[in-house]
Amino acid sequence: MPFNLLVLACISYAAMLFLVAFAVERRAERGEARWLRSPLVYTLSLSIYCTAWTFYGAVGYAARSGLEFATIYLGPTLVFIGWWWVLRKLVRIARQQRVTSIADMISGRYGKSNMLGVVVTVLNVIAVTPYIALQLQSVTLSFGVFAAAGSEGWAVPDTEATALWVAGGLTLFTILFGTRNLDANEQHTGVVTAIAVEAVVKLVALLAVGVFVVWLVADGPADMVARIGASALGHWDLVPSRWAGLTFLSAAAVLTLPRMFQVVVVENSDERFLPTASWAFPLYLMAMSLFVVPIAVMGLEVMPEGANPDLFVLTLPLSQGHGGLAMLAFLGGFSSATSMVIVASIALATMVSNHIVVPLWLSLRPTREVTGDVRRLVLMSRRFSIAGVLGLGYLYYSLSGGASALAAIGLVSFAGVAQMLPAMLGGVFWRGATRIGAMAGVLIGFVVWIYTLFLPSFGPGAIFTAEFLATGPFGLGWLRPQALFGIEGLDPLMHALFWSLAFNIVAFVVGSLVSFPTPVERVQGLAFVDVFDPERAEPQAWVRGLADAEALLVLAQRILGDDAALGFFEMQAQAQGKAGYLPDPVPEFLDALERRLAGSVGAAAAHAMIAELAGRARVTVVDLMRVADETAQIMEYSSRLESQREELTRTARQLREANEKLTQLSVQKDAFLSQISHELRTPMTSIRAFSEMLREGDMPPDMAANSARIINEEAIRLTRLLDDLLDLGVLENHTVRLSLRLASLTELLDRAVRAAAQTRPERDFTVIRDLPSEALFIRTDPDRLAQVCINLIANARKYCDAAWAELRITVRQRGGRVILDFIDNGTGIPKDKQSLIFEKFARLTDQTRAGGAGLGLAICREIMVNLGGSISYLPGQGGAAFRVVLPLQMKKTPEDEAA
Amino acid sequence: MSRRGPIILARRAYRQRRLRDAVRLLPLAGAFLFLLPILWSSPEGNVTATDGIYLFAVWLGLVALAALMARALGAEEELDTPPLSGDVPEGGGG
Repeated sequence: MPFNLLVLACISYAAMLFLVAFAVERRAERGEARWLRSPLVYTLSLSIYCTAWTFYGAVGYAARSGLEFATIYLGPTLVFIGWWWVLRKLVRIARQQRVTSIADMISGRYGKSNMLGVVVTVLNVIAVTPYIALQLQSVTLSFGVFAAAGSEGWAVPDTEATALWVAGGLTLFTILFGTRNLDANEQHTGVVTAIAVEAVVKLVALLAVGVFVVWLVADGPADMVARIGASALGHWDLVPSRWAGLTFLSAAAVLTLPRMFQVVVVENSDERFLPTASWAFPLYLMAMSLFVVPIAVMGLEVMPEGANPDLFVLTLPLSQGHGGLAMLAFLGGFSSATSMVIVASIALATMVSNHIVVPLWLSLRPTREVTGDVRRLVLMSRRFSIAGVLGLGYLYYSLSGGASALAAIGLVSFAGVAQMLPAMLGGVFWRGATRIGAMAGVLIGFVVWIYTLFLPSFGPGAIFTAEFLATGPFGLGWLRPQALFGIEGLDPLMHALFWSLAFNIVAFVVGSLVSFPTPVERVQGLAFVDVFDPERAEPQAWVRGLADAEALLVLAQRILGDDAALGFFEMQAQAQGKAGYLPDPVPEFLDALERRLAGSVGAAAAHAMIAELAGRARVTVVDLMRVADETAQIMEYSSRLESQREELTRTARQLREANEKLTQLSVQKDAFLSQISHELRTPMTSIRAFSEMLREGDMPPDMAANSARIINEEAIRLTRLLDDLLDLGVLENHTVRLSLRLASLTELLDRAVRAAAQTRPERDFTVIRDLPSEALFIRTDPDRLAQVCINLIANARKYCDAAWAELRITVRQRGGRVILDFIDNGTGIPKDKQSLIFEKFARLTDQTRAGGAGLGLAICREIMVNLGGSISYLPGQGGAAFRVVLPLQMKKTPEDEAA
Repeated sequence: MSRRGPIILARRAYRQRRLRDAVRLLPLAGAFLFLLPILWSSPEGNVTATDGIYLFAVWLGLVALAALMARALGAEEELDTPPLSGDVPEGGGG
């Protein structure tokens, strides 16, 4: 096969994945991707468990050790069939606590301890980086197979360069789709769907090769069984310790590998997918391993002596002259490698950025306040982390020179990540597990793993000399890395697994038994262990009343983005029965906000940020008592009373607020009445005076003309005032006739800006607009909408008190609605006045009496109600900011249709 | 079948509990069956073909049982909206 054809196939395959991921992200943004989040896609995405190591390596493994290869799939099968035990609980906890990675889960369980998160992150990076290198190696090896088979086309670049290109391409893809947003529980719909497509490709490829081998090379299943019996693989040695140990190890790995945790737990968008995955994923694994032994047997039979059994999947079809099938197999292997690398690097980058970069930044920044755009920082740190992780993988690959040591690294990696198992399962099932215990267990297991397995895996002479391996450090025989305490005869992998987990578990249990947990740990432990008990799993760790809602909003905007933060605050405010964007800082709200932020930056960082604004994180006495079982019931009762009291206080305060508002309104109404009498009276007086003068008749003609002009002007002023009042009346009664038609938003805003320029024309005033985003056609009443815009722009011209007054108009489309924001750079509207400005007769300052009777915003509000939209004041934007929301396509109201 | 009366309801709740027990026990049965080949491993080596057929038969059987149970469980949960009431005891067990 010509090499350039191969490269072309790879590139077009990658381009197809790009398109899939891109199209899915687009649909998801428009909320049309419901079917993409189905049990099927979820199950297929789990298939990243089958990497290139299993795609190519399983056949090689089978050729060497018979059926032992199957243990790698048996463990996950048991874990998924037993989903009711562990997976169900992990998924529920992750959804409730907004877990972003396995490090986040462990650190969250043990009192949101970031130190633990750092340790787990480092462990994962060390354990998984070689695994990524292994994928790069398998892709370059498979390139090499095709390159050796034909010499036409381009010359094959050396393997180093191939690996570099592959690593670069994967970095680009992962950054493009893995770090697009920082939202919604760290879920990546586009990537997951692309992974699901790759899952289908690799399954089809392996099954195709299997069918080819059994039915075309051999004569069907019966012949195949006979050939297996006759081959060198007819008998195999079952080593009991390896058979049981590897099954256990793969079961542990499927729970603790960061990439598996990412797809199984973090990307799970619906718990109801689990029952389906519980049988469908084992079925997938079975299908992947069904033809492994036949391919190995036929490969040994057909291929020349000394051929690499790891590549039989490719070389067997090639040697039989089936280039197309080999191509399919190649794409299958390519899929396995790329999907693993993409998800693994996303998972690792999330951990590195949430547990190392962001906390570091939080502690290093000069001021105590949260300044700058945290979102950008987190996204950038994630992008660099992805590049860093892949760079490390490439470095590992090129340093180890693609040596045979890499082949064993898959299982070495499994044993490394399995060190998190005691802390994870212990944390989920045992309330007594503590941070000290978890830290001790993970650290000691990690160290033993490095000493007994990771470093020796480079081979004698690489890091440990052969002499060191044979006699131990300083001649201490009982410390030999592969025979601790003189226990020999065990396979090195089993030896390391046994000792590392034994030390790990003992340290974890003893550490937990002798230490005393902090209050946050105890509350979190309760929330994790009793996650299915809604009464006990909802701890509140925040004291009420210390945080300022507006400061929290500013913080949330910097992390979640403006829209998401405002939407979240509005929803919370509504849940508390308040209008607007600022909910009361009650513990429930702080708790919900913390979890929402944790979905973006991890539990520990979110906790620290809120702690800074809300005062020290404290667990109330009620919570601690709830932890102590014996008095739980009494305290439960009194806490219920407490919460009822709080509820009453809140209601009372809301009533007081409403009362104040009513009183203010009444005062304003009186003021307005006297003002309107005044406004009516002044022109009336002059009209009367001048008309009387005219009636006298003895006046020079130019003076008479002047008097007539004054009378005319005063009459116009009166009419305008009465017009406004009438307009308001009509709008309030919804009897207004709207003339709906399609209108260009750009033209409409142009018109509004021009018209508003007549207000205080002497003033320097900059309007900042984003023309491309305004290119929308909306079906509405353009004259009425323009009236609203003119009013808002004119208000900004009148009242914006900045030296260089600026007004920013932004337009966005969200679903079927258009959002127009008018934000100026003045001091804004004080908080206590924000609720009044849309009321009739309201005017904020008496000194700026720039005409009008304080009806402008009231009219605007009524117009927007009539147009099926709304207008509201946006707090926390730096200046006065108004948000106008209206439907893209306004429907006729029933009255209009009847009319 | 009649759909009223506490006896019927109790029976359904009882079935539901036992179904969950079965779901919990399935992986243990699977582990036992997967480890069974250890018992007949011999020093001369096992016969790959028969072991393989045994292994894949057990595998397929487990998948089929898991699928049946998942479906039954899904149907139960649709009938019974607060589905997670009966599983408090296993919470601390591990």
